[in-house]
Amino acid sequence: MSASTETIERFTNKGYEAGFVTDIEQDTVEPGLNEDVIRFISAKKNEPEWMLEWRLEAYRNWLTMPEPDWQYVHYDPIDFQAISYFSAPKSDADRPESLDDIDPEIKATYDKLGIPLHEQEMLAGVAVDAVFDSVSVATSYKDKLAEQGIIFCSMSEAIQDHPELVKKYLGTVIPRNDNFFAALNSAVFTDGSFVYIPKGVRCPMELSTYFRINAANTGQFERTLIIAEDSSYVSYLEGCTAPMRDENQLHAAVVELVALDNAEIKYSTVQNWYPGNAEGKGGIYNFVTKRGVCEGDNSKISWTQVETGSAITWKYPSVVMRGDNSVGEFYSVAVTRLRQQADTGTKMIHLGKNTRSTIVSKGISAQEGQQVYRGLVRIAPTASNARNYSQCDSMLMGSECGAHTFPYLDVNNTTAQLEHEATTSKIGEDQILYCLSRGIAEEDAVSLIVNGFCKEVFRELPMEFAVEAQKLLEITLEDSVG
Amino acid sequence: MALLEIRNLHVNVEGNEILKGLDLTIEPGKVHAIMGPNGGGKSTLAKALVGDEAYEITEGEVLFNGQDLLEMDPEERAREGVFLGFQYPVEIPGVSNTYFLKAAVNAIRKHHGHDEIDAMEFLELVRERARRVKLDEGLLQRPVNEGFSGGEKKRNEIFHMSVLEPKIGILDETDSGLDIDALRTVSDGVNAMRSDDRSFLVITHYQRLLQYIVPDVVHVLMNGRIVKTGGKELAHELESQGYEGFEENAA
Repeated sequence: MSASTETIERFTNKGYEAGFVTDIEQDTVEPGLNEDVIRFISAKKNEPEWMLEWRLEAYRNWLTMPEPDWQYVHYDPIDFQAISYFSAPKSDADRPESLDDIDPEIKATYDKLGIPLHEQEMLAGVAVDAVFDSVSVATSYKDKLAEQGIIFCSMSEAIQDHPELVKKYLGTVIPRNDNFFAALNSAVFTDGSFVYIPKGVRCPMELSTYFRINAANTGQFERTLIIAEDSSYVSYLEGCTAPMRDENQLHAAVVELVALDNAEIKYSTVQNWYPGNAEGKGGIYNFVTKRGVCEGDNSKISWTQVETGSAITWKYPSVVMRGDNSVGEFYSVAVTRLRQQADTGTKMIHLGKNTRSTIVSKGISAQEGQQVYRGLVRIAPTASNARNYSQCDSMLMGSECGAHTFPYLDVNNTTAQLEHEATTSKIGEDQILYCLSRGIAEEDAVSLIVNGFCKEVFRELPMEFAVEAQKLLEITLEDSVG
Repeated sequence: MALLEIRNLHVNVEGNEILKGLDLTIEPGKVHAIMGPNGGGKSTLAKALVGDEAYEITEGEVLFNGQDLLEMDPEERAREGVFLGFQYPVEIPGVSNTYFLKAAVNAIRKHHGHDEIDAMEFLELVRERARRVKLDEGLLQRPVNEGFSGGEKKRNEIFHMSVLEPKIGILDETDSGLDIDALRTVSDGVNAMRSDDRSFLVITHYQRLLQYIVPDVVHVLMNGRIVKTGGKELAHELESQGYEGFEENAA
């Protein structure tokens, strides 16, 4: 207990810990979006012609698409012409060969966040492909992974070095015209991670990327693609923080996962973008499209997310179970406080026989936070004996927050079995008093109760990540009760 | 010096005055029982003593071990040795009973300048104390009170008390909802903890519990005041005559 007390004390009155700005000369394009900007991005990244064409096609799609308005969030209209679509540290030309070569200021930024790369490498055995703004500045363990034929690099590198794989899979899970934000991402994505696990290989370490938004007014459009060949396994970690800003920053990432026969992909996210201040000013707009396809028989895709940041979250990590006996999982903890709004959930699309999916969603709302769970379970006519278990629990702290649940079921096969459980509870004054009356301090009591509530999700996270997530929740929710 | 000294305590709940000048002194090592009709203020006294914010102290003072109890935060009161066995213990999903207790034990130890308890030592302690109140060992790893039967919850309260070893144990209607066997076990657990420097305040409706936990002093609490104080025989008197005879005293 005392360890967490210290943590809380350390963070008391510090505001948003990750809120600082690193001063690095940016190579930024003027705000606005048109075909020339897309040509600029593509040229800047020295992309082949097919990639440029792919982007332009996406852009033309995007122009014809309406911005979605069905989600239960409220924000002023986004002026897409006021956003700058490219920004990269200047040192891009001569890419650092090792971590020692990266800009000391960038390194210092990560140090402030408590994620020194070298320590992570040594202690956690985690390979880090750190995205600083839009260009990867440090990639580690690449050689070690390469020995097993694993490719772990930035998307920009993958387009240069592995065009055949990118061409084969990019946009196959999330087409360029899938939705408004995915189309935008397809047109202007700047970087992201690319992972390829060859047949029969079990990736020997957790692969991890830390994302950061740094330049003012620069939207971040990450594009990540993970391919797991037959009988392979990979666990991927994604963690985010962003510096404090007054303007809203748009973030529209796309993540595509492909699992072939007997393959398994575990994708874990801790999202801690700047949530805005208590008046609802600032904060990241997080419009993310994440989808995995269990292409092969007996394959498995598992999404685990801990979402504590962003002013607005619009995110539904989904699994399409095409292969027979394939498995889709979604474990989520989402926290909304201040004036944060989140409309998040998942889609489980059952196509193959004997496909199974599990949804465990834990929503915590505090202060004036508003939260929606939105989940779709679709059982196709072909999906005999499909099964789904859904559990959606909401916890409210205080009386000005809200929790809403919109479950959609679309069942087209009579052999399907679906279970849905939902609860809403208020973090009880009586629960807190009970802890206090046993000598446990209030902030420890809150973290105890909240961690208990989230336990089923936390235990799906890799160990170090779970500890980090718990700490994050403690820090996030301190002062939210009482 | 008295362990607990309550002088002229007035307590409001949602604007209504429930305790109207209560006086009570408990010496170390003594077991006091408080009896009285519903709405008389028994549970209010218990909640006010542990520092529930919903119970507003408007007047009076409470000294615990010579210190001003009302100045202390609820967790500080607990760390100083005040324990309340709740009438309706709450559930804390996902938090194991053992983990919870360890957090409590360490918070109390830290307060007194001691190191955290050794993991093995703690495990032995909880097992031994669980046996004492015949608490199923399976309940040690289950989330606090979640899915416990009414009797198990009450037993768990006594178990917590026996692990935390307070200076005063306040038991708020611990006997309600217990069958005769459970009542006996719970009482045995309390009796095993009786000592020269530990006191108890047993709040109950029924004389039945007091057959097993024999009090040194019995009080009758009505209309927000102690209207009568006597020895253990007072409980029998109440059982046969009811509270009606005390109405006039209270008025």
